[in-house]
Amino acid sequence: MKVSIEVNGRPVAGEVPDRTLLVHFLRDTAGLTGTNVGCDTTSCGACTVLLDGESVKSCTVLAAQAAGHAVTTVEGLEGSDGTLHPVQEAFREQHGLQCGFCTPGMIMAAVSLLADNPKPTRDEVRAGLEGNLCRCTGYHNIVSAVIDASGQEVDR
Amino acid sequence: MSIVGTRVVRREDRNLITGGGTYVDDLREEALATAVHAVFVRSPVAHARITGIDVAAAASAPGVVGVFTAADLGLEPHEAGPVREPWLADGIVRYVGEPVALVLTEERYQLADAAELVDVDYDPLDAVASIDAALDGGTLLFPDTGSNIVQVHGMAEFDDTIFDDCEVVVTQTILNPRVAPAPLEVRGAACAWGEDGRLTVWLSTQNAQIARSQLAGSLGVGEETVRVIAPDVGGGFGAKIGADPEATVLGWAAKRTGRAVRWVESRSENLTAMTHGRAQRNTVTLGGKRDGTVLAYRLDVVQDSGAYPRALFLPTLTEMMAVGVYRFPNVQTRSRAVVTNTTPIAAYRGAGRPEATAAVERAMDCFAAEIGMDPAELRRINFIRPEQFPYQTPTGASYDTGEYAAALDKVLDAAGYAELRAEQRRRREAGDPVELGLGIAAYVEITGSDAAGESGRVDVHPDGSVVAWTGSSPHGQGLGTTLAMLLSDALGVPLEKITVRHGDTDEVPKAIGTFGSRSLQMGGSAIRQAADEVIARARELAAELLEAAPDDLELDVERGVWQVRGAPSSTVLGWAQVAEAAGGKLSADVWFGGAKPTFPFGAHLAVVEVDTETGKAELRRIVAVDDAGPIVNPLTFRGQRHGGLAQGVAQALLEVVSYDEDGNPTTATLADYSFVTAAELPDFELVDMATPTDRNLLGVKGIGEAATIGSTPAVHNAVVDALSARGVRHLDMPATPIRVWAALEEAGKGSAR
Amino acid sequence: MIPAEFRYTRASTVDEALDLLATHGDEAKVLAGGHSLLPLMKLRLAAPEYVVDIGPVGELRYVRIEGDEVAIGALSRYRDLALDPVLLKHAPLLAEVSGSVGDRQVRHRGTIGGSLAHADPAADLPAAVLASDATLVARGPDGERRIPAAEFFLGPFTTPLDPAELLTEVRVPRQTGAGWAFEKFTRRAIDWAMVGVTVTGGRVGLVNMGGVPLRATATEQALAAGASIEEAAALAAEGTNPPDEPHATAEYRRHLARVLTRRALTRADARRSG
Repeated sequence: MKVSIEVNGRPVAGEVPDRTLLVHFLRDTAGLTGTNVGCDTTSCGACTVLLDGESVKSCTVLAAQAAGHAVTTVEGLEGSDGTLHPVQEAFREQHGLQCGFCTPGMIMAAVSLLADNPKPTRDEVRAGLEGNLCRCTGYHNIVSAVIDASGQEVDR
Repeated sequence: MSIVGTRVVRREDRNLITGGGTYVDDLREEALATAVHAVFVRSPVAHARITGIDVAAAASAPGVVGVFTAADLGLEPHEAGPVREPWLADGIVRYVGEPVALVLTEERYQLADAAELVDVDYDPLDAVASIDAALDGGTLLFPDTGSNIVQVHGMAEFDDTIFDDCEVVVTQTILNPRVAPAPLEVRGAACAWGEDGRLTVWLSTQNAQIARSQLAGSLGVGEETVRVIAPDVGGGFGAKIGADPEATVLGWAAKRTGRAVRWVESRSENLTAMTHGRAQRNTVTLGGKRDGTVLAYRLDVVQDSGAYPRALFLPTLTEMMAVGVYRFPNVQTRSRAVVTNTTPIAAYRGAGRPEATAAVERAMDCFAAEIGMDPAELRRINFIRPEQFPYQTPTGASYDTGEYAAALDKVLDAAGYAELRAEQRRRREAGDPVELGLGIAAYVEITGSDAAGESGRVDVHPDGSVVAWTGSSPHGQGLGTTLAMLLSDALGVPLEKITVRHGDTDEVPKAIGTFGSRSLQMGGSAIRQAADEVIARARELAAELLEAAPDDLELDVERGVWQVRGAPSSTVLGWAQVAEAAGGKLSADVWFGGAKPTFPFGAHLAVVEVDTETGKAELRRIVAVDDAGPIVNPLTFRGQRHGGLAQGVAQALLEVVSYDEDGNPTTATLADYSFVTAAELPDFELVDMATPTDRNLLGVKGIGEAATIGSTPAVHNAVVDALSARGVRHLDMPATPIRVWAALEEAGKGSAR
Repeated sequence: MIPAEFRYTRASTVDEALDLLATHGDEAKVLAGGHSLLPLMKLRLAAPEYVVDIGPVGELRYVRIEGDEVAIGALSRYRDLALDPVLLKHAPLLAEVSGSVGDRQVRHRGTIGGSLAHADPAADLPAAVLASDATLVARGPDGERRIPAAEFFLGPFTTPLDPAELLTEVRVPRQTGAGWAFEKFTRRAIDWAMVGVTVTGGRVGLVNMGGVPLRATATEQALAAGASIEEAAALAAEGTNPPDEPHATAEYRRHLARVLTRRALTRADARRSG
């Protein structure tokens, strides 16, 4: 079927099987490989993107369901002049990533969390990121990164 | 001021946070443009005879390029300890998840459709699904060997007289449960044979060079025929050392079909087919005097090796590290490794040392409880003293340096140990159903235990830039930044002019790679050695150019220039000029061979709350000293500790790979395996301490695994401590709610009805 | 994993959805937020020939007061419900339960109608609507019918909905001032409830204590007869048949049901007003 989705502000259209998952549309049709697949049970959150501004796990959304909607991936955060998004900047500054595999999904989940809760506490960040698994960082610096991105002081 | 020791944000991050890096599945290489996709058909039963495989339906399914089984391969099975492991199951399957067939299709979405059509007939055999079943020997995995015990090491017979002088002897069987390494990136590979007859394998691995040698050997070609490239690797934790058997089958299939092949497993496959870690059952016996002097310790290890014993070093390493941080006069160890119809066991963050530490630290707490002594005090009495280093342990380890009591005291001070004990007492007196538990672990571990050395190469170019190649293979540790810092420090070249490369066997033909927390002490020392050679050669060249004696020259690392000592206003030479003088490139390519193991150590205090009505144990605080010598980049050093803490805590409280009695995994998806999340962990409280070693050029020890090793027993001890007033003496890890509840029921003192 | 092949169809109105269901009948599955169906399809535990995506049916996304009831459109997402001011005021139990389902990403997609129609005994919302004495509204080729929550959950993943019917609305009696509470016991925050207890209006609904959500009838009766919370909660596991699994045995679940019921009743009591 023909699917057209606005990805990072530009339309992407492709003829794909009906069963195509949004994550594979993004990776294979849109050519954006930043969004990763880490599990097959909607558990890990590595594939998190924004759908109409809200975080979703793109492994559990059909491309067809997203047709006509707007998707933002990690590739869409950086400014056209190369300026990092505050969440990206904070992940780097706070060492909120190691191997980097969970990072695109984690960053997108954090962007969504901060949109709902601009000044979260550390515990609220932990609860808000419960759907995103990381094996490397122990989450401590991820929490710090989200706090940092929110403009609050990080006590490290 | 030197950059070494300062907090430097990682240069690796920019790609990862903007484009998400380039992992195997992200590769868009020309050579892979027409690659077929691969999936392995895996055994759904733990132990069975394969009586038939019908691939006809699958072979004619849409897009199928090939379906292959063991009968097609014709490759010699590889050695796994004393037995042999086939590349694809040959006649018998021995664990759920064992690869049986390979299916190749044109499109990724066709894989599962075709794989479902491969019809395998299994004639079930009794499954050996536990250590007890393995020791019992009623069913053998490898009947020709006559036993499921595939390795015995240490004392054949224990001598009970070592406990003769003891006033108190405690004994306890301690399970160190099986856990899944579960890197966020699962295993993946892509293979392409070029027109030049060479095979290129992009592999999610910790060790491209080891993988290259393995693949060349298994495919029966020369090492020069195989190039392995590790692209960005999404975590390994010991489970991506070298090449797993699947890579050989993929390389073979690429040759057979004349097509490039790419493969990424699913997470559910990963949880049964990637190796697991730990899986030991240890029986400790510890005896001593009522004043706290321990006189004798015995550790009896049974290692569950899974279906194919791929890592028989694990139980013997556990034996070697048995005594931990204590000067026990009499020590006995033994280990036996058994095979079971479960996923093979191999390295996982710590690999043999966490098991040793968990055993001795539980034993110490059991002894402390028995004699009524504070566990911190018992440890102080028995620590190896600073003046005893280097310390030769009765089990054959040569500890370099250690300040064990200082580490413990720092942790207790930082945590407010006395106040926490008072709080614990107050709660108990008030009858609070939520108990507070304090758990201590003091540990020492071994890093770089292979002592095999590492390669390092440094090139200085006429534009003043520096390119370094390391044999280490970082995959999240940030070693690219760390090594650049070392080079910047040694050469006086700013970070932005330094590039660090790794993970391509054509660029770095000889290397060991990353495991066992070896990278900084070996890979870092190699880079340092190469830098020193470059400096020595530069001194000669600069001396010629400046018409001075080499000994009169000095490298001003603040400015990155050579100058005549004591004549700062005289002519200076930059690295560019020196490289020019060297004929276009100043280069040193070294092997750091003087590598010796080092022994990081530390102490952790865990504070848990246990709801005695529901049995739920939650970690409230963990305070840690992890001493691995001088710190190059505090940012990544602490990052390694954070990650280690999380994995260690997870093992104590949450994570366990389980099987039913027929050997069926019950934790085969991330919905069922209790992978620790941010919501289950507190902020980590790190206390710094740095005791150098003399065993490498940098004075450093490894930090990759240390915090994992200390945290598991600290949390485990804390849970038991919380329940101690209610009559619980021990419970197995992980301390799941039902286990805690059952232990309280057993003790008959639970406050809940 | 990838779902088996299917034909994707999309409805923008309830009538369109009913037409598609009438055409494809047993071969079709309704896709709302997709967070129950798609995971099953990816693991190939479900393989419908047709998927009817009702996501665009905007007319089923609302929360409003209708007389003594709160009417909730079946396509209202967990996130919408957790934050909805009407629901927070007039049916706060459903708001709290909705806010604890899955994780944020799941709550951005999952719908109340999807959860109820899926009828997973481990899900929280079925027990919450049961305790709330809700009525479920379904529409089919023969028109609309109303099914009391007590008659809706027939077995694990089994409801009286006909394949050609669509669950369209949940109607909940407005909060009367009786207290309410939700206790969910999990190993990890994101896990499904090992056991859950929902309390509102003196009714107690149990999560994962049998093949369907259950009312703790003995507890309710004891309370009505004047028993203390302690005494009533001790009866919470009566008549239950919880799953027996190594990580959560039936006996342990019964114990948890008693503890959690006591805690939920205590909290509900403290919240009582008027």
